[in-house]
Amino acid sequence: MIEATSVERVTLHVRERDDSTPAETKVEIRKLDFYYGENHAVKDVSLVLPDKRITAFIGPSGCGKSTLLRTLNRMYALYPGQRATGEILLDGEDILARGVDITQLRYRVGMVFQKPTPFPMSVYENVAFGLRLESRLPKSVMDDRVEGALRDAALWDEVHDKLGEDGRSLSGGQQQRLCVARTIALQPEVVLLDEPTAALDPISTLRVEETLQNLREKFCIVIVTHNLQQAARISDYTAFMYLGELVEVGATADVFTRAKQRRTDDYITGRFG
Amino acid sequence: MNRLARRKLTSMLALAFAGLATLIGLFFLGAILWTLVGKGVAGVSAATFTQNTPPPGSAGGLLNAIYGSVLMTAIGLAIGAPVGILAGTYLAEYGRGKKLSTVVRFVNDVLLSAPSIIVGLFVYELLVVRMGHFSALAGAVALAVIAIPVTVRTTEDMLNLIPQGMKDASTALGVQHWRTITAVIYPAARSGIITGLLLALARISGETAPLLFTALNNQFWSNDLNAPMANLPVVIFQFALSPYEDWQQLAWTGALLITVTILLLSIAARSIVRSAKAGR
Repeated sequence: MIEATSVERVTLHVRERDDSTPAETKVEIRKLDFYYGENHAVKDVSLVLPDKRITAFIGPSGCGKSTLLRTLNRMYALYPGQRATGEILLDGEDILARGVDITQLRYRVGMVFQKPTPFPMSVYENVAFGLRLESRLPKSVMDDRVEGALRDAALWDEVHDKLGEDGRSLSGGQQQRLCVARTIALQPEVVLLDEPTAALDPISTLRVEETLQNLREKFCIVIVTHNLQQAARISDYTAFMYLGELVEVGATADVFTRAKQRRTDDYITGRFG
Repeated sequence: MNRLARRKLTSMLALAFAGLATLIGLFFLGAILWTLVGKGVAGVSAATFTQNTPPPGSAGGLLNAIYGSVLMTAIGLAIGAPVGILAGTYLAEYGRGKKLSTVVRFVNDVLLSAPSIIVGLFVYELLVVRMGHFSALAGAVALAVIAIPVTVRTTEDMLNLIPQGMKDASTALGVQHWRTITAVIYPAARSGIITGLLLALARISGETAPLLFTALNNQFWSNDLNAPMANLPVVIFQFALSPYEDWQQLAWTGALLITVTILLLSIAARSIVRSAKAGR
């Protein structure tokens, strides 16, 4: 653990990073602009998201960080009047291009939302839900995939004896880890998390963060968070956004202790935001 | 008088008027139920459920009318429920922000409050005139036309209650919209949709006017959908207006049966909603 000393109001424990393997580029965002009708919400953002690392998007409410996240699996396509221009390259292929199979894209880029959203079915079926639509797996394979996903989400020990119970009967923190399990059961390449712990108590938050640490080796993880300590604790890279612009991006320890931009430093030290 | 005193007085007056209005409403409801139970219970016997409607002056029951009502209501709901649920699904899921859905919603609201005798006349023109005779089928269709707007409205409302987050979560798993609707949204809204169907059932089981023009009535037991069929509302209508006391007694009994049925359906609908809320 490195003690961050240059920070005034919050003491941030920045995680020691494992830099033994160089990070490979998984997603490259090039000159991305996003519009809600007339509202220009994301402005000319270019950013690289490395594989097998956790990247955190931070910034004040309305800065465009969630919007940016939702372009990565084209969630915005659900809503009329929202559009994105620029390029987002996933393994070199532009996912914003015409003719991209959105269903296929969402298998590769999973997403977990702020509020836990268990489906009205059993714990088991919640995890198996996406898999069932993708392919007809034999029961034994399905059982393995479900168990594997629940183990990866650090939920197996708590639910292995109640797989048949309604997913909505779990606690809030368990529900959120169930949603993580449901997402990773599809074996995606990128996992997006939109303030996944904002609705959770501190203990549950800790469990979800531990879960993310476990998943770090397998996926390219992108997390939007309002909680600066969380970003410092779990992320390898941090991107600070303000008023739709990407102000600064870099290794988390650098951004939190040696921010290059004045605005980043002001935000992190709590002078605004 | 200072301001506080005036505000208190205004509040008390408003409360008094509201209370009075409630009492007046409750009084009439109570009076109706009181009369209905008082006059209806006397006629309830085993014969009510085992014998057909009698000619004047002889003993009988309401068996054929009960059977006809149950049958036509069931067929009416069987036609109306799928149409209503699908239309409600369109409004809540596919038609958002579209002009067509605004129009459909408006027309549905008009239909919701349209006098049921108009529906009866409509089906009379549509089916009875063309077929050349009254029939149970025409009666069921008329009831379906009344059940549809109720179902559309409740289905749309219930689907709109499902959090957007749940739909988004399903979409984010790469699930197509129709699969999201059938596999996630319908199960989540199940109790609400069932409640809507029960309310539609309660609504159509007491309708008289549409049946008067379509199914008419039949003194005898009938299984023929292509012929007039007895039913409780029209039996009540005819028997209550008759000069025969035994017929009038049967009308009271029939009215009590319908009221109790609708009451039970409404209670069932409410308790489903309550248990669904408690389950969340």
